[in-house]
Amino acid sequence: MTRQPRALLIFVIAYLGFLYAPVILLPIFAFNDSAIIAFPLSGFTTDWFSWLMEDESLFRALKNSLIIAVTASIISTIFGVLTARAMARHQFLGKQSMFGLIMAPLFLPEIIVGVSILIVLMQLGLALSLWTVIAGHVLLATPFSVSILTTAFNNLDRSLEEASLDLGENRRGTFFRVILPLVTPGLISSLLIGFTISLDEFVIAFFLTGTDPTLPVYIWSLLRFPSKLPIVMALGFILLVTSLILLSIFEFYRRRSETLAGGGQISENK
Amino acid sequence: MASPAKAKISTKILPMVDLKDIRKSFGDLEVVKGLDLEIGSGEFFSLLGPSGCGKTTLLRMIAGFETPNSGVVSIAGQEMTNFDANERPTNMVFQSYAIFPHLSVGDNVAYGLKKKGLSKNELKKRVDDMLKLVDLEGLYDRPSFALSGGQKQRVALARALIMQPKVLLLDEPLSALDKKLREQMQHELRRLQRTLGITFILVTHDQEEALIMSDRIAVMFDGNIAQVGQPQEIYERPVSKKVASFIGIMNFIDGEYLGKKGQKLHVRTNSLGEVLLEPHQMPSDLKLGKVTVGLRPEMMTVLYSAKEKSEHEFKAKIKNVSYYGDMTYYSVTISSLDGDISISMRNTAGRHVYRIGDEVRIGWGTESIVVLG
Repeated sequence: MTRQPRALLIFVIAYLGFLYAPVILLPIFAFNDSAIIAFPLSGFTTDWFSWLMEDESLFRALKNSLIIAVTASIISTIFGVLTARAMARHQFLGKQSMFGLIMAPLFLPEIIVGVSILIVLMQLGLALSLWTVIAGHVLLATPFSVSILTTAFNNLDRSLEEASLDLGENRRGTFFRVILPLVTPGLISSLLIGFTISLDEFVIAFFLTGTDPTLPVYIWSLLRFPSKLPIVMALGFILLVTSLILLSIFEFYRRRSETLAGGGQISENK
Repeated sequence: MASPAKAKISTKILPMVDLKDIRKSFGDLEVVKGLDLEIGSGEFFSLLGPSGCGKTTLLRMIAGFETPNSGVVSIAGQEMTNFDANERPTNMVFQSYAIFPHLSVGDNVAYGLKKKGLSKNELKKRVDDMLKLVDLEGLYDRPSFALSGGQKQRVALARALIMQPKVLLLDEPLSALDKKLREQMQHELRRLQRTLGITFILVTHDQEEALIMSDRIAVMFDGNIAQVGQPQEIYERPVSKKVASFIGIMNFIDGEYLGKKGQKLHVRTNSLGEVLLEPHQMPSDLKLGKVTVGLRPEMMTVLYSAKEKSEHEFKAKIKNVSYYGDMTYYSVTISSLDGDISISMRNTAGRHVYRIGDEVRIGWGTESIVVLG
């Protein structure tokens, strides 16, 4: 490895520090034995976590969030597969503009999106519920799914399908023996990232949630009660760890997907 | 002008692959323009031509990946024009090899056999035998992303051959390999084909490759077959200027066909004098008038000593020298000709390499000339 210039190293440390220092506060105060979030620290306790376990409305909110996250990630992944397959295999008018349109939610401010959908729903006379939140989250997650799966499908060498047919397999067998195994890492990535996005999402959920709050919305409501703040910290810590684990799995599968579906030339040291 | 492109092997033996009046268009673009071809059982046959001539499309129509717009494809005596690829007794080695990246070497090779209901032991044995045949012994469990280009090519070969096809189709299989490996594989493929006795059909743009490996070659340009024949036939008696310049190097000289003189044919060249040729040295349907005369570089020789004589001789000046180690190519100019003449000489003992500006005597024989329409 070449020697990096000193300034670069300092920059990286500062950058990572700035980014993650606030997050370090989470575990610190989640285990701190004091209702006040301030230094100096009072002592170690896991009481806040026990309180967490007893809070019923919290568990309801968690359940809502999980339902929404799972549903939204599945729907957006299905959209992603259909779109990616169409993009990779077929030519049609307006292909580029459609792709741009699908990617648009990435660039729109979430508040605008949230308010707009809310207005539309009110005009249509639809009540807010879990499904309205799911709809909003699908809108947010689909660009990611399409992006991940388009890469996976584009990397799938067309001659792999032809080779399978040439060797006597039919279309159905080709799908299960060749296409699916190669696209699966991409599918898993898409599901995981959709799930993570939905679980942590606040703005759109805030506008579109009915009487059943999602977890982030519930946490927000807790902020009104300063005594409950450490519980929020504990919860935040759990969410942080969960997100980290999920994203690590996602990254693992994403890399695997790139290596496999590419069918590249002479092996490199990846 | 050109002799008929169709070349029958023998009317008594049924061809392994029989193509009749095949046409194929993609949208407005006509890629294959009504061609006929017969390929015999056990032949190593090459489709040779520049990019875009339709050779790969033709191969894919034999394989079953494309359907001709009109015409009939018969394989092993049976009409299979509309058969799917998985219904034909053919197997293909793809240009990109198309190795399944998520399967090991052994699983790749076994892919087509998995559905045949063989016992686990029998399957493994067949795969092992095939791996041995293509020199990949012991690599059954190697993951396919850990293979070199040459190894992948052999896996693709093994995977196709284990299906015991009647025809093996190869789509520019060696184009991605470096020179040394390519030459090695050319000989291996030839040896393999001879051992197995299967019909091989190879698509390539490399004329040297076609010459080395094939029993017969079909030269294609623009969706048509220009000439079919054995390598020697195509090289020594090309039917047209296009074929002549695609295969090897050819010197072209303008001339005129003046008519018969007894059994021989009288041709005047615009710079090298007049000659009397045998009938086989020109197309049978040639009309009187302007012709192009061709002379291969190796058919002329630099006369080193004053004592060396030749049937015909001319003086020339060396314009350029290309040294290849075993051969030297000279580009010479002569007073009566506008363009340069290319001459090749083998660098045997005692032959020094001339330099630019040297004056030399060039010799050639009448039998070396070929007349192109």
